[in-house]
Amino acid sequence: MSGHVAPKTMYYAVFLALLAGTGLTVAAAFFDMGAMNNVVMLAIASIKALLVILFFMHVRWSTRLTWVVVASGFFWLLIMFGLTMTDYFSRGWVEGTWR
Amino acid sequence: MEITTVGLNYLNNGYGLKSWLLTKDHKRIAILYLLSITGFFFLGGFFALLIRLELLTPAADMVQPDTYNKLFTMHGIVMVFFFLIPSIPATLGNFLLPIMVGAKDLAFPRINLLSWYIYVLGGAFTVVAAATGGVDTGWTFYAPYSTSASNSHVITAGLGIFITGFSSILTGLNFIVTTHRMRAPGLTWFRLPLFVWSMYATSLIMILGTPVIAITVLLVAVERGLHLGIFDPALGGDPILFQHLFWFYSHPAVYIMILPAMGVISEIVQAFTRKNIFGYAFVAFSSLAIAIVGFLVWGHHLFVAGQSTYAGLIFSILSFFVAIPSAVKVFNWTATIYKGAVSWDSPMLYAFGFIGLFTIGGLTGLFLATMGLDIHVHDTYFIIAHFHYVMVGGAIMGYLGGLHYWWPKITGRMYPEGWAKFAALTVFIGFNLTFFPQFIVGYLGMPRRYAMYAPEFQVYNVLSTAGATVLGAGYVIPMIYFIWSLKNAPLAGNDPWGARGLEWEIPSPPPTENFVVSPIVTEGTHQYAPSREVGIGH
Ligand SMILES: [Cu+2]
Repeated sequence: MSGHVAPKTMYYAVFLALLAGTGLTVAAAFFDMGAMNNVVMLAIASIKALLVILFFMHVRWSTRLTWVVVASGFFWLLIMFGLTMTDYFSRGWVEGTWR
Repeated sequence: MEITTVGLNYLNNGYGLKSWLLTKDHKRIAILYLLSITGFFFLGGFFALLIRLELLTPAADMVQPDTYNKLFTMHGIVMVFFFLIPSIPATLGNFLLPIMVGAKDLAFPRINLLSWYIYVLGGAFTVVAAATGGVDTGWTFYAPYSTSASNSHVITAGLGIFITGFSSILTGLNFIVTTHRMRAPGLTWFRLPLFVWSMYATSLIMILGTPVIAITVLLVAVERGLHLGIFDPALGGDPILFQHLFWFYSHPAVYIMILPAMGVISEIVQAFTRKNIFGYAFVAFSSLAIAIVGFLVWGHHLFVAGQSTYAGLIFSILSFFVAIPSAVKVFNWTATIYKGAVSWDSPMLYAFGFIGLFTIGGLTGLFLATMGLDIHVHDTYFIIAHFHYVMVGGAIMGYLGGLHYWWPKITGRMYPEGWAKFAALTVFIGFNLTFFPQFIVGYLGMPRRYAMYAPEFQVYNVLSTAGATVLGAGYVIPMIYFIWSLKNAPLAGNDPWGARGLEWEIPSPPPTENFVVSPIVTEGTHQYAPSREVGIGH
């Protein structure tokens, strides 16, 4: 693979953005947003992961095949979360079972 | 038959320890793996032997219950993570995949060697855990027992599994890239040997699933060491989350173990019936289907764990779907054998054993996927019997069949066929005697993982222990004649079976670069009757 050469400034910018994300996570921990706690935390974490994948891992400049591979990894993660949630969200539906 | 073993091959190309430990040759790395997994196989077998001896009597009279817990845990960890998962891919797969695609080596030879070192490092952690007192959580590491209660070496053993996981990820990566990028000219996807398709499907599971088990055991270690509440309800965690994460990998892991064996059986059945497989595309795609659907069924391990009934329903239905591609394989092998010129050589005996035993193991899996029935047999010996019919009757039968089939290619020597037939029969009889009684005693209600049991179950356990002794002998015999054959058996020649495939066109043992001239492929493997290809004849 020929390999894309990105300017150093881009790496510094992404690094600073990641640090900012970490700061934001810490700051958000001081506010109780109820059910939104997890949503906000995971949103920040996802954005950080996306930055790493796109820029540090060079996926932004990679072939379509690489995109397919990355996307299928995410799809698999969604399967894991999705089917696990079928358990967590339907536990209260049956009378007499726990919770 | 012409004999072409003279000249330089991968075995006599350098003799020093360094020439092995720093090799980048996929064939030598396969041998390194073969030696190490054989070591772990006999270690795991040793634990199994102690388990069976303890269960000879209803009382816990040979070892303490605490020790017994460690024995079945170490048996499971060693056999699953250090023998069955690497077994066929790391040995036969490593050796054959590059040859079958007509390449000189895997795509990343250095990464291949690295994967073996990682495996050895992970194995060392496990050996240390065993030697310093063992683990007693069961190979499943269920929380919160593993995170809060057990005082055995959970973190050491967990790290061993975490580390070894990377070796299987790297193997999977290597296989996928090799299959995509390094096929010889003319070798289209639908001309690939079915063994390569099964390796490809296995590699997908290794890459997509293994990171999850690695993280899961790491989370157990983190909770144990730092008391972060992830799984322990007392710390604000959720123990069922552990089971979701664990089985997200560990159910597909069963297919890491069985799919390669299915690939081996597909090759053997074609070679020893002199027929091209019935329904090539169906068999090839059923491997992929098993790999993919296998990721959607893990909740069948959680039916009585507190998982929601509705989620259980979904997982139950999805589990039934896996039976379809599995049945496709069994029916297509049977159709291939039908009216074939069957020769009863030892690899074919293992293939017959596999087809029958896997069918029993697979069908009893449907019993367990049925929620109502699973409540009755959950955590009984019925599960143990089902699992061992698939893993020992399936995966190990396939492994032994493949080892016999390709042994002449790997070493350049034949093995004593009479002894091999005897060993295959011994394994088959010993296996059934060991595990069939466990179906019955499990259905009658004997729970798993106890050193003691009710006296009325003793007759089944005595049968089982007797069978295990026979089975053990059946494993030792091949080991002896394989070692004996290295120096004493007749030379094999390129193609002792008269089979068709790229690996049979090169010398045995193969030269270091596999092919002196890069092959050009014009047809699929195992084309024994050209008339069938163009649709003439019956
Ligand atoms: Cu399962």
